[in-house]
Amino acid sequence: MLIPGIVAIFIFKYVPMYGVIIAFQDYRPIQGILGSDFVGLHWFRFVVRMPHFTNILRNTFVIAVGKVVADQVVAIAFALLLNEIRVRWYKRSLQTAVYLPNFLSWVIIGGIFIDILSTRGILNDFIAMLGFERQFFLGSNRWFQFTMIWTDVWKQFGFNAILYLAALTSINPELYESAIIDGANRAQQIRRITIPGMMATIILLATLNLGQIMEAGFEQILVMYNPAVYRTGDIIDTFVYRAGIIDGQYSLAAAVGLGKSVVAFVLIVVSYRLAYRYAGYRIF
Amino acid sequence: MVVRDRSLPSRLFDWFNYGFLGVLAATCLAPLIHMLAVSLSARGPAAAGEVTFWPIGFHLEAYSYILGSHLFLNAFRVSLMRVVVGVAVQMSLVILTAYPLTREPEELPGRNIIMWFFFFTMLFEGGLIPTFLLVRSLGLLDNFFALILPFALPVYSMIIMMNFFRTLPKSLYESAMIDGASHWVIMWRIFVPLSKPAIATLSLFSMVFHWNEWFFGSIYLNDYYKWPLQTYLRQLLQNIDFARVTMADIDLLQRVSDRTFVLAQLFVATIPILMVYPFLQRYFVKGIVLGSVKE
Repeated sequence: MLIPGIVAIFIFKYVPMYGVIIAFQDYRPIQGILGSDFVGLHWFRFVVRMPHFTNILRNTFVIAVGKVVADQVVAIAFALLLNEIRVRWYKRSLQTAVYLPNFLSWVIIGGIFIDILSTRGILNDFIAMLGFERQFFLGSNRWFQFTMIWTDVWKQFGFNAILYLAALTSINPELYESAIIDGANRAQQIRRITIPGMMATIILLATLNLGQIMEAGFEQILVMYNPAVYRTGDIIDTFVYRAGIIDGQYSLAAAVGLGKSVVAFVLIVVSYRLAYRYAGYRIF
Repeated sequence: MVVRDRSLPSRLFDWFNYGFLGVLAATCLAPLIHMLAVSLSARGPAAAGEVTFWPIGFHLEAYSYILGSHLFLNAFRVSLMRVVVGVAVQMSLVILTAYPLTREPEELPGRNIIMWFFFFTMLFEGGLIPTFLLVRSLGLLDNFFALILPFALPVYSMIIMMNFFRTLPKSLYESAMIDGASHWVIMWRIFVPLSKPAIATLSLFSMVFHWNEWFFGSIYLNDYYKWPLQTYLRQLLQNIDFARVTMADIDLLQRVSDRTFVLAQLFVATIPILMVYPFLQRYFVKGIVLGSVKE
Protein backbone atom coordinates (compact mmCIF):
# COMPACT_ATOMS: atom_id res chain seq x y z
CA MET A 1 0.00 0.00 0.00
CA LEU A 2 2.85 2.34 0.74
CA ILE A 3 4.63 1.82 -2.53
CA PRO A 4 2.73 4.30 -4.78
CA GLY A 5 3.10 7.08 -2.21
CA ILE A 6 6.76 6.37 -1.61
CA VAL A 7 7.49 6.27 -5.34
CA ALA A 8 5.60 9.52 -6.00
CA ILE A 9 7.34 11.35 -3.19
CA PHE A 10 10.72 9.90 -4.08
CA ILE A 11 10.49 11.02 -7.70
CA PHE A 12 8.88 14.40 -7.28
CA LYS A 13 10.39 15.49 -3.95
CA TYR A 14 13.66 13.67 -3.42
CA VAL A 15 15.01 13.68 -6.96
CA PRO A 16 14.74 17.51 -7.08
CA MET A 17 16.69 17.60 -3.80
CA TYR A 18 19.46 15.76 -5.62
CA GLY A 19 18.93 18.16 -8.51
CA VAL A 20 20.04 21.12 -6.40
CA ILE A 21 23.65 20.22 -7.22
CA ILE A 22 23.21 22.21 -10.41
CA ALA A 23 23.54 25.23 -8.10
CA PHE A 24 27.21 24.29 -7.82
CA GLN A 25 27.62 23.67 -11.54
CA ASP A 26 27.63 25.55 -14.78
CA TYR A 27 24.58 23.58 -15.81
CA ARG A 28 23.93 23.09 -19.53
CA PRO A 29 20.76 21.19 -20.40
CA ILE A 30 22.51 19.31 -23.21
CA GLN A 31 25.26 18.05 -20.92
CA GLY A 32 22.88 17.24 -18.08
CA ILE A 33 23.65 17.06 -14.38
CA LEU A 34 26.37 14.45 -14.81
CA GLY A 35 28.18 16.22 -17.62
CA SER A 36 28.10 19.85 -16.52
CA ASP A 37 31.20 21.54 -15.06
CA PHE A 38 31.51 21.98 -11.33
CA VAL A 39 31.98 25.63 -10.35
CA GLY A 40 31.76 25.47 -6.56
CA LEU A 41 30.23 28.51 -4.95
CA HIS A 42 30.51 30.67 -8.06
CA TRP A 43 26.76 31.36 -8.36
CA PHE A 44 26.35 32.12 -4.69
CA ARG A 45 29.14 34.70 -4.89
CA PHE A 46 27.66 36.07 -8.07
CA VAL A 47 24.21 36.48 -6.55
CA VAL A 48 25.42 38.12 -3.36
CA ARG A 49 27.25 40.72 -5.44
CA MET A 50 24.21 41.57 -7.55
CA PRO A 51 22.98 45.09 -6.75
CA HIS A 52 19.38 43.86 -6.95
CA PHE A 53 20.01 41.10 -4.38
CA THR A 54 19.50 43.29 -1.31
CA ASN A 55 16.21 44.49 -2.81
CA ILE A 56 14.98 40.94 -3.21
CA LEU A 57 15.92 39.97 0.32
CA ARG A 58 14.43 43.08 1.83
CA ASN A 59 11.22 42.82 -0.17
CA THR A 60 10.75 39.17 0.74
CA PHE A 61 11.27 39.90 4.39
CA VAL A 62 9.20 43.09 4.57
CA ILE A 63 6.24 41.69 2.66
CA ALA A 64 6.26 38.34 4.46
CA VAL A 65 6.56 39.80 7.95
CA GLY A 66 4.01 42.48 7.14
CA LYS A 67 1.58 39.79 6.04
CA VAL A 68 2.11 37.51 9.01
CA VAL A 69 1.54 40.37 11.43
CA ALA A 70 -1.35 42.04 9.62
CA ASP A 71 -3.07 38.73 8.80
CA GLN A 72 -3.01 37.50 12.36
CA VAL A 73 -3.83 40.80 14.06
CA VAL A 74 -6.85 41.36 11.83
CA ALA A 75 -7.92 37.73 12.27
CA ILE A 76 -7.71 37.97 16.06
CA ALA A 77 -9.60 41.25 16.12
CA PHE A 78 -12.24 39.84 13.81
CA ALA A 79 -12.64 36.70 15.94
CA LEU A 80 -13.04 38.81 19.07
CA LEU A 81 -15.67 41.04 17.49
CA LEU A 82 -17.52 38.17 15.84
CA ASN A 83 -17.65 36.41 19.18
CA GLU A 84 -19.71 39.30 20.52
CA ILE A 85 -22.40 38.85 17.86
CA ARG A 86 -25.36 37.04 19.36
CA VAL A 87 -27.79 36.96 16.43
CA ARG A 88 -27.01 33.62 14.90
CA TRP A 89 -28.13 34.16 11.31
CA TYR A 90 -26.17 37.40 11.19
CA LYS A 91 -23.06 35.69 12.51
CA ARG A 92 -23.41 32.91 9.94
CA SER A 93 -23.86 35.37 7.07
CA LEU A 94 -20.79 37.31 8.14
CA GLN A 95 -18.76 34.12 8.19
CA THR A 96 -20.03 33.06 4.78
CA ALA A 97 -18.92 36.37 3.31
CA VAL A 98 -15.48 36.61 4.86
CA TYR A 99 -14.41 33.01 4.28
CA LEU A 100 -15.15 33.11 0.56
CA PRO A 101 -12.13 35.00 -0.86
CA ASN A 102 -9.78 32.38 0.55
CA PHE A 103 -11.06 29.84 -1.94
CA LEU A 104 -10.50 31.93 -5.04
CA SER A 105 -7.20 31.71 -6.86
CA TRP A 106 -4.74 34.58 -7.03
CA VAL A 107 -5.35 34.73 -10.75
CA ILE A 108 -8.97 35.63 -10.17
CA ILE A 109 -8.35 37.87 -7.20
CA GLY A 110 -5.34 39.44 -8.88
CA GLY A 111 -7.40 40.05 -12.00
CA ILE A 112 -10.14 41.73 -10.02
CA PHE A 113 -7.73 43.86 -8.01
CA ILE A 114 -5.75 44.89 -11.07
CA ASP A 115 -9.03 46.32 -12.32
CA ILE A 116 -10.20 47.83 -9.03
CA LEU A 117 -6.83 49.33 -8.09
CA SER A 118 -5.94 50.82 -11.46
CA THR A 119 -5.83 54.61 -11.70
CA ARG A 120 -9.25 54.58 -13.35
CA GLY A 121 -10.55 51.81 -11.11
CA ILE A 122 -13.38 51.97 -8.66
CA LEU A 123 -11.18 52.48 -5.60
CA ASN A 124 -9.48 55.49 -7.15
CA ASP A 125 -12.86 56.84 -8.23
CA PHE A 126 -13.84 56.70 -4.59
CA ILE A 127 -10.60 58.33 -3.46
CA ALA A 128 -11.06 61.08 -6.05
CA MET A 129 -14.65 61.59 -4.92
CA LEU A 130 -13.37 62.25 -1.40
CA GLY A 131 -11.12 64.91 -2.87
CA PHE A 132 -7.78 63.09 -2.71
CA GLU A 133 -5.32 62.39 -5.47
CA ARG A 134 -5.53 59.14 -7.42
CA GLN A 135 -2.84 56.63 -6.48
CA PHE A 136 -1.18 54.06 -8.66
CA PHE A 137 -1.38 51.16 -6.20
CA LEU A 138 0.17 48.50 -8.40
CA GLY A 139 2.52 50.65 -10.43
CA SER A 140 4.37 52.74 -7.87
CA ASN A 141 7.09 51.65 -5.51
CA ARG A 142 5.53 53.73 -2.83
CA TRP A 143 2.37 51.61 -2.68
CA PHE A 144 3.23 48.17 -3.95
CA GLN A 145 4.24 46.44 -0.71
CA PHE A 146 1.36 48.00 1.15
CA THR A 147 -1.02 46.78 -1.54
CA MET A 148 0.37 43.24 -1.41
CA ILE A 149 -0.01 43.04 2.35
CA TRP A 150 -3.55 44.37 2.45
CA THR A 151 -4.90 42.43 -0.51
CA ASP A 152 -3.51 39.36 1.24
CA VAL A 153 -5.30 40.34 4.45
CA TRP A 154 -8.47 40.79 2.43
CA LYS A 155 -8.16 37.25 1.08
CA GLN A 156 -7.09 35.47 4.25
CA PHE A 157 -8.29 37.14 7.40
CA GLY A 158 -11.64 35.38 7.68
CA PHE A 159 -10.07 32.03 7.09
CA ASN A 160 -7.28 32.76 9.55
CA ALA A 161 -9.90 33.59 12.16
CA ILE A 162 -11.31 30.06 12.06
CA LEU A 163 -8.81 28.61 14.51
CA TYR A 164 -9.30 31.50 16.90
CA LEU A 165 -13.05 31.09 16.72
CA ALA A 166 -12.68 27.38 17.37
CA ALA A 167 -10.70 28.23 20.49
CA LEU A 168 -13.44 30.60 21.63
CA THR A 169 -16.19 28.01 21.38
CA SER A 170 -14.37 25.90 23.92
CA ILE A 171 -14.51 28.59 26.60
CA ASN A 172 -16.90 27.61 29.34
CA PRO A 173 -19.95 29.96 29.23
CA GLU A 174 -20.23 29.80 33.02
CA LEU A 175 -17.10 31.92 33.20
CA TYR A 176 -18.97 34.77 31.54
CA GLU A 177 -22.04 34.27 33.69
CA SER A 178 -20.14 34.43 36.94
CA ALA A 179 -18.16 37.41 35.64
CA ILE A 180 -21.40 39.28 34.96
CA ILE A 181 -22.74 38.42 38.38
CA ASP A 182 -19.51 39.80 39.80
CA GLY A 183 -20.19 43.02 37.90
CA ALA A 184 -17.65 42.74 35.10
CA ASN A 185 -18.46 44.84 32.02
CA ARG A 186 -17.99 43.71 28.40
CA ALA A 187 -14.48 45.09 28.03
CA GLN A 188 -13.41 43.37 31.24
CA GLN A 189 -14.93 40.10 30.10
CA ILE A 190 -13.04 40.26 26.83
CA ARG A 191 -9.79 41.10 28.54
CA ARG A 192 -10.06 38.60 31.38
CA ILE A 193 -11.88 35.67 29.77
CA THR A 194 -11.97 35.80 25.98
CA ILE A 195 -8.37 36.79 25.28
CA PRO A 196 -6.85 34.36 27.81
CA GLY A 197 -9.04 31.67 26.26
CA MET A 198 -7.47 32.39 22.86
CA MET A 199 -3.93 32.71 24.13
CA ALA A 200 -2.84 29.13 23.44
CA THR A 201 -4.00 29.43 19.83
CA ILE A 202 -2.33 32.82 19.44
CA ILE A 203 0.97 31.41 20.66
CA LEU A 204 0.61 28.35 18.45
CA LEU A 205 -0.01 30.34 15.29
CA ALA A 206 2.66 32.89 16.12
CA THR A 207 5.26 30.14 16.41
CA LEU A 208 4.08 28.27 13.32
CA ASN A 209 4.09 31.48 11.30
CA LEU A 210 7.74 31.95 12.08
CA GLY A 211 8.35 29.19 9.55
CA GLN A 212 6.58 31.27 6.91
CA ILE A 213 8.74 34.36 6.86
CA MET A 214 10.47 33.34 3.65
CA GLU A 215 7.06 33.07 1.97
CA ALA A 216 6.07 36.49 0.74
CA GLY A 217 3.37 35.14 -1.56
CA PHE A 218 4.75 34.00 -4.89
CA GLU A 219 1.52 33.56 -6.85
CA GLN A 220 0.02 36.81 -5.64
CA ILE A 221 3.06 38.88 -6.57
CA LEU A 222 3.61 37.10 -9.87
CA VAL A 223 0.06 37.96 -10.89
CA MET A 224 0.07 41.54 -9.64
CA TYR A 225 3.56 42.94 -10.14
CA ASN A 226 5.13 44.51 -13.23
CA PRO A 227 8.62 45.77 -14.16
CA ALA A 228 7.89 49.24 -12.78
CA VAL A 229 7.82 47.84 -9.23
CA TYR A 230 10.64 45.31 -9.33
CA ARG A 231 12.58 47.45 -6.88
CA THR A 232 9.98 46.98 -4.13
CA GLY A 233 8.00 44.01 -5.40
CA ASP A 234 10.50 41.45 -6.60
CA ILE A 235 10.87 38.62 -4.07
CA ILE A 236 13.12 35.57 -3.98
CA ASP A 237 10.55 33.33 -5.66
CA THR A 238 9.71 35.71 -8.50
CA PHE A 239 13.40 36.29 -9.11
CA VAL A 240 14.05 32.53 -9.27
CA TYR A 241 11.16 32.19 -11.70
CA ARG A 242 12.38 34.91 -14.04
CA ALA A 243 16.05 33.94 -13.91
CA GLY A 244 15.40 30.22 -14.27
CA ILE A 245 12.22 29.59 -16.19
CA ILE A 246 12.11 32.73 -18.34
CA ASP A 247 15.81 33.39 -18.92
CA GLY A 248 17.06 29.81 -18.64
CA GLN A 249 19.85 30.61 -16.18
CA TYR A 250 19.20 27.37 -14.37
CA SER A 251 22.26 27.27 -12.13
CA LEU A 252 21.92 30.84 -10.95
CA ALA A 253 18.22 30.37 -10.19
CA ALA A 254 18.78 27.02 -8.50
CA ALA A 255 21.45 28.60 -6.27
CA VAL A 256 19.05 31.32 -5.13
CA GLY A 257 16.31 28.73 -4.64
CA LEU A 258 18.62 26.50 -2.63
CA GLY A 259 19.62 29.41 -0.41
CA LYS A 260 15.97 30.03 0.29
CA SER A 261 15.21 26.35 0.95
CA VAL A 262 18.04 26.11 3.48
CA VAL A 263 16.97 29.20 5.39
CA ALA A 264 13.33 28.08 5.25
CA PHE A 265 14.34 24.66 6.55
CA VAL A 266 15.99 26.19 9.61
CA LEU A 267 13.03 28.48 10.23
CA ILE A 268 10.47 25.70 9.91
CA VAL A 269 12.37 23.38 12.21
CA VAL A 270 12.77 26.14 14.79
CA SER A 271 9.09 27.05 14.50
CA TYR A 272 7.96 23.45 15.02
CA ARG A 273 10.24 23.15 18.05
CA LEU A 274 8.89 26.35 19.54
CA ALA A 275 5.31 25.30 18.77
CA TYR A 276 5.96 22.02 20.53
CA ARG A 277 7.57 23.63 23.53
CA TYR A 278 5.16 26.51 24.03
CA ALA A 279 1.89 25.14 22.67
CA GLY A 280 2.35 21.38 22.89
CA TYR A 281 1.83 21.12 19.14
CA ARG A 282 2.82 17.96 17.29
CA ILE A 283 2.01 17.42 13.70
CA PHE A 284 1.89 13.64 14.04
CA MET B 1 -25.91 33.21 27.49
CA VAL B 2 -28.57 33.64 30.11
CA VAL B 3 -27.40 36.84 31.71
CA ARG B 4 -26.78 39.83 29.46
CA ASP B 5 -25.21 43.18 29.92
CA ARG B 6 -27.86 45.76 29.06
CA SER B 7 -25.97 48.89 30.03
CA LEU B 8 -25.74 51.80 27.58
CA PRO B 9 -22.03 51.43 26.72
CA SER B 10 -22.62 47.76 26.09
CA ARG B 11 -25.50 48.46 23.73
CA LEU B 12 -23.60 51.19 21.94
CA PHE B 13 -20.80 48.73 21.44
CA ASP B 14 -23.27 46.24 19.97
CA TRP B 15 -24.58 48.81 17.52
CA PHE B 16 -21.08 49.68 16.44
CA ASN B 17 -20.03 46.05 16.25
CA TYR B 18 -22.97 44.88 14.15
CA GLY B 19 -22.46 47.77 11.75
CA PHE B 20 -18.69 47.49 11.56
CA LEU B 21 -18.63 43.77 10.88
CA GLY B 22 -21.38 44.21 8.32
CA VAL B 23 -19.22 46.71 6.45
CA LEU B 24 -16.21 44.42 6.76
CA ALA B 25 -18.13 41.49 5.31
CA ALA B 26 -19.39 43.76 2.53
CA THR B 27 -15.82 44.66 1.58
CA CYS B 28 -15.12 40.96 1.15
CA LEU B 29 -17.96 40.65 -1.35
CA ALA B 30 -17.78 44.08 -2.98
CA PRO B 31 -14.94 43.29 -5.42
CA LEU B 32 -16.79 40.19 -6.59
CA ILE B 33 -20.04 42.08 -7.04
CA HIS B 34 -18.22 44.84 -8.88
CA MET B 35 -16.72 42.25 -11.22
CA LEU B 36 -20.13 40.77 -11.90
CA ALA B 37 -21.73 44.18 -12.43
CA VAL B 38 -19.09 45.30 -14.93
CA SER B 39 -19.22 42.02 -16.81
CA LEU B 40 -22.97 42.40 -17.24
CA SER B 41 -22.79 46.02 -18.39
CA ALA B 42 -22.74 47.52 -21.85
CA ARG B 43 -19.35 48.45 -23.27
CA GLY B 44 -19.73 52.21 -22.97
CA PRO B 45 -20.47 52.57 -19.26
CA ALA B 46 -17.96 49.82 -18.42
CA ALA B 47 -15.23 51.65 -20.32
CA ALA B 48 -16.03 54.98 -18.76
CA GLY B 49 -15.81 53.40 -15.32
CA GLU B 50 -19.40 54.32 -14.49
CA VAL B 51 -20.38 50.90 -13.22
CA THR B 52 -20.12 50.30 -9.50
CA PHE B 53 -22.23 47.53 -8.03
CA TRP B 54 -25.12 47.35 -10.46
CA PRO B 55 -24.87 46.73 -14.21
CA ILE B 56 -25.53 49.73 -16.46
CA GLY B 57 -27.09 49.01 -19.83
CA PHE B 58 -27.51 45.36 -18.96
CA HIS B 59 -25.81 43.26 -21.59
CA LEU B 60 -24.96 39.57 -21.94
CA GLU B 61 -22.61 40.17 -24.82
CA ALA B 62 -19.52 39.28 -22.81
CA TYR B 63 -21.05 35.99 -21.78
CA SER B 64 -22.20 35.06 -25.24
CA TYR B 65 -18.69 35.85 -26.43
CA ILE B 66 -17.23 33.49 -23.85
CA LEU B 67 -19.59 30.69 -24.78
CA GLY B 68 -18.40 31.05 -28.34
CA SER B 69 -14.75 31.21 -27.40
CA HIS B 70 -12.96 28.07 -28.32
CA LEU B 71 -10.02 28.75 -26.07
CA PHE B 72 -12.09 29.48 -23.01
CA LEU B 73 -14.31 26.42 -23.36
CA ASN B 74 -11.35 24.21 -24.02
CA ALA B 75 -9.52 25.48 -20.94
CA PHE B 76 -12.66 24.95 -18.88
CA ARG B 77 -12.82 21.35 -20.07
CA VAL B 78 -9.13 20.77 -19.23
CA SER B 79 -9.73 22.14 -15.73
CA LEU B 80 -12.69 19.83 -15.16
CA MET B 81 -10.60 16.87 -16.30
CA ARG B 82 -7.79 17.95 -14.06
CA VAL B 83 -10.07 18.17 -11.04
CA VAL B 84 -11.60 14.73 -11.66
CA VAL B 85 -8.31 12.94 -12.27
CA GLY B 86 -6.31 15.00 -9.78
CA VAL B 87 -8.70 14.49 -6.88
CA ALA B 88 -9.00 10.76 -7.61
CA VAL B 89 -5.22 10.34 -7.64
CA GLN B 90 -4.63 12.48 -4.56
CA MET B 91 -7.32 10.85 -2.46
CA SER B 92 -6.32 7.32 -3.44
CA LEU B 93 -2.74 7.95 -2.47
CA VAL B 94 -3.67 9.82 0.69
CA ILE B 95 -5.79 6.91 1.93
CA LEU B 96 -3.42 4.19 0.74
CA THR B 97 -0.46 5.84 2.43
CA ALA B 98 -2.20 6.95 5.61
CA TYR B 99 -3.65 3.56 6.46
CA PRO B 100 -0.42 1.57 6.93
CA LEU B 101 1.18 4.47 8.78
CA THR B 102 -1.43 4.20 11.53
CA ARG B 103 0.15 0.88 12.52
CA GLU B 104 2.63 0.74 15.34
CA PRO B 105 6.32 0.19 14.48
CA GLU B 106 6.10 -3.33 15.95
CA GLU B 107 3.59 -4.24 13.29
CA LEU B 108 5.14 -2.28 10.45
CA PRO B 109 8.91 -2.34 10.75
CA GLY B 110 10.48 0.95 9.75
CA ARG B 111 7.18 2.80 10.24
CA ASN B 112 8.90 5.77 11.87
CA ILE B 113 11.56 6.00 9.20
CA ILE B 114 8.90 5.97 6.49
CA MET B 115 6.98 8.64 8.39
CA TRP B 116 10.08 10.82 8.43
CA PHE B 117 10.66 10.11 4.76
CA PHE B 118 7.31 11.81 4.10
CA PHE B 119 7.51 14.47 6.77
CA PHE B 120 10.95 15.67 5.71
CA THR B 121 9.49 16.93 2.41
CA MET B 122 7.47 19.42 4.44
CA LEU B 123 10.67 20.85 5.86
CA PHE B 124 12.95 20.97 2.86
CA GLU B 125 12.43 21.12 -0.88
CA GLY B 126 14.64 21.07 -3.94
CA GLY B 127 12.88 24.14 -5.23
CA LEU B 128 11.34 25.31 -8.45
CA ILE B 129 14.23 24.88 -10.87
CA PRO B 130 15.27 21.29 -10.06
CA THR B 131 11.60 20.29 -10.05
CA PHE B 132 11.04 21.91 -13.42
CA LEU B 133 14.14 20.25 -14.89
CA LEU B 134 12.97 16.89 -13.53
CA VAL B 135 9.54 17.21 -15.09
CA ARG B 136 11.17 18.21 -18.35
CA SER B 137 13.60 15.28 -18.33
CA LEU B 138 10.71 12.91 -17.62
CA GLY B 139 9.20 14.09 -20.89
CA LEU B 140 6.12 15.42 -19.13
CA LEU B 141 6.24 18.91 -20.66
CA ASP B 142 3.09 19.57 -22.62
CA ASN B 143 1.58 16.45 -21.11
CA PHE B 144 -1.66 16.57 -19.12
CA PHE B 145 -0.10 14.39 -16.42
CA ALA B 146 2.37 17.13 -15.56
CA LEU B 147 -0.63 18.66 -13.81
CA ILE B 148 -1.33 15.47 -11.87
CA LEU B 149 1.75 13.42 -11.04
CA PRO B 150 3.93 16.03 -9.28
CA PHE B 151 1.01 16.62 -6.92
CA ALA B 152 0.04 12.96 -6.56
CA LEU B 153 0.49 12.81 -2.79
CA PRO B 154 -0.11 15.92 -0.67
CA VAL B 155 1.83 15.00 2.46
CA TYR B 156 0.01 17.34 4.81
CA SER B 157 -3.39 15.90 3.82
CA MET B 158 -1.97 12.42 4.28
CA ILE B 159 -0.91 13.28 7.83
CA ILE B 160 -4.35 14.72 8.61
CA MET B 161 -5.91 11.52 7.26
CA MET B 162 -3.57 9.42 9.35
CA ASN B 163 -4.36 11.42 12.46
CA PHE B 164 -8.04 10.95 11.78
CA PHE B 165 -7.68 7.20 11.28
CA ARG B 166 -5.94 7.05 14.62
CA THR B 167 -8.96 8.49 16.40
CA LEU B 168 -11.03 5.45 15.36
CA PRO B 169 -11.41 2.87 18.11
CA LYS B 170 -8.59 0.32 18.07
CA SER B 171 -10.98 -2.50 18.94
CA LEU B 172 -12.59 -2.27 15.49
CA TYR B 173 -9.29 -3.00 13.87
CA GLU B 174 -8.38 -5.73 16.34
CA SER B 175 -11.63 -7.64 16.08
CA ALA B 176 -11.51 -7.47 12.27
CA MET B 177 -7.99 -8.85 12.41
CA ILE B 178 -9.14 -11.71 14.62
CA ASP B 179 -11.93 -12.44 12.15
CA GLY B 180 -9.22 -12.85 9.55
CA ALA B 181 -9.94 -9.77 7.47
CA SER B 182 -7.12 -8.62 5.22
CA HIS B 183 -5.72 -5.09 5.43
CA TRP B 184 -7.44 -4.17 2.18
CA VAL B 185 -10.78 -5.20 3.61
CA ILE B 186 -10.16 -3.39 6.90
CA MET B 187 -9.11 -0.22 5.12
CA TRP B 188 -11.89 -0.24 2.57
CA ARG B 189 -14.76 -1.64 4.65
CA ILE B 190 -14.02 -0.15 8.06
CA PHE B 191 -11.65 2.81 7.95
CA VAL B 192 -12.91 4.52 4.82
CA PRO B 193 -16.66 4.41 5.66
CA LEU B 194 -15.97 5.68 9.18
CA SER B 195 -13.83 8.54 7.88
CA LYS B 196 -16.32 10.10 5.49
CA PRO B 197 -16.19 13.59 7.02
CA ALA B 198 -12.40 13.68 6.88
CA ILE B 199 -12.36 12.29 3.36
CA ALA B 200 -14.96 14.82 2.26
CA THR B 201 -12.95 17.66 3.73
CA LEU B 202 -9.69 16.59 2.13
CA SER B 203 -11.40 15.93 -1.21
CA LEU B 204 -12.79 19.44 -1.20
CA PHE B 205 -9.39 20.89 -0.47
CA SER B 206 -7.93 18.78 -3.23
CA MET B 207 -10.65 19.97 -5.61
CA VAL B 208 -10.01 23.61 -4.79
CA PHE B 209 -6.28 23.09 -5.21
CA HIS B 210 -6.59 21.51 -8.64
CA TRP B 211 -9.16 24.03 -9.82
CA ASN B 212 -7.14 27.01 -8.66
CA GLU B 213 -3.60 25.91 -9.47
CA TRP B 214 -2.28 27.82 -12.48
CA PHE B 215 1.43 28.40 -12.03
CA PHE B 216 2.67 24.92 -12.89
CA GLY B 217 0.23 24.80 -15.76
CA SER B 218 1.96 27.87 -17.14
CA ILE B 219 5.50 26.47 -16.90
CA TYR B 220 4.86 22.82 -17.78
CA LEU B 221 2.55 23.46 -20.70
CA ASN B 222 3.45 25.58 -23.70
CA ASP B 223 0.64 24.45 -25.94
CA TYR B 224 -2.25 26.72 -25.03
CA TYR B 225 -4.78 24.10 -26.02
CA LYS B 226 -3.61 22.12 -23.00
CA TRP B 227 -3.88 24.94 -20.49
CA PRO B 228 -6.28 24.64 -17.58
CA LEU B 229 -8.64 27.56 -17.12
CA GLN B 230 -6.68 29.45 -14.47
CA THR B 231 -3.51 29.30 -16.55
CA TYR B 232 -5.40 30.60 -19.54
CA LEU B 233 -6.81 33.46 -17.45
CA ARG B 234 -3.38 34.30 -16.15
CA GLN B 235 -2.04 34.67 -19.69
CA LEU B 236 -5.03 36.80 -20.55
CA LEU B 237 -4.29 39.16 -17.68
CA GLN B 238 -0.66 39.32 -18.56
CA ASN B 239 -1.34 40.32 -22.13
CA ILE B 240 -4.01 42.81 -21.30
CA ASP B 241 -2.40 44.37 -18.23
CA PHE B 242 -5.11 46.81 -17.14
CA ALA B 243 -2.70 48.79 -15.04
CA ARG B 244 -0.70 49.86 -18.02
CA VAL B 245 -3.63 50.29 -20.35
CA THR B 246 -5.22 52.85 -18.09
CA MET B 247 -1.99 54.82 -17.94
CA ALA B 248 -1.38 54.80 -21.62
CA ASP B 249 -3.57 56.76 -23.94
CA ILE B 250 -4.73 53.91 -26.13
CA ASP B 251 -7.89 53.24 -27.98
CA LEU B 252 -10.64 53.20 -25.39
CA LEU B 253 -12.87 50.90 -27.34
CA GLN B 254 -10.26 48.23 -27.25
CA ARG B 255 -10.14 48.47 -23.51
CA VAL B 256 -13.88 48.32 -23.15
CA SER B 257 -14.25 45.03 -24.82
CA ASP B 258 -11.29 43.74 -22.90
CA ARG B 259 -12.61 44.84 -19.57
CA THR B 260 -16.10 43.38 -19.72
CA PHE B 261 -14.86 40.21 -21.39
CA VAL B 262 -12.00 39.60 -19.00
CA LEU B 263 -14.15 40.17 -15.95
CA ALA B 264 -16.86 37.92 -17.36
CA GLN B 265 -14.31 35.16 -17.83
CA LEU B 266 -12.98 35.63 -14.32
CA PHE B 267 -16.51 35.37 -13.02
CA VAL B 268 -17.29 32.18 -14.91
CA ALA B 269 -14.10 30.69 -13.46
CA THR B 270 -15.33 31.38 -9.94
CA ILE B 271 -18.70 29.71 -10.51
CA PRO B 272 -17.48 26.16 -9.73
CA ILE B 273 -16.00 27.41 -6.46
CA LEU B 274 -19.27 29.14 -5.61
CA MET B 275 -21.08 25.90 -6.36
CA VAL B 276 -19.03 23.82 -3.94
CA TYR B 277 -18.76 26.63 -1.41
CA PRO B 278 -21.77 25.51 0.69
CA PHE B 279 -20.14 22.10 1.08
CA LEU B 280 -16.77 23.67 1.68
CA GLN B 281 -18.17 25.81 4.42
CA ARG B 282 -19.78 22.84 6.08
CA TYR B 283 -16.57 20.85 6.18
CA PHE B 284 -13.57 23.11 6.21
CA VAL B 285 -13.96 24.42 9.73
CA LYS B 286 -13.86 20.84 10.90
CA GLY B 287 -10.99 20.07 8.55
CA ILE B 288 -8.80 22.90 9.68
CA VAL B 289 -9.36 22.24 13.32
CA LEU B 290 -8.73 18.57 12.62
CA GLY B 291 -5.40 19.39 11.06
CA SER B 292 -3.97 21.56 13.73
CA VAL B 293 -5.48 20.66 17.07
CA LYS B 294 -5.46 17.15 18.30
CA GLU B 295 -5.00 15.09 21.38
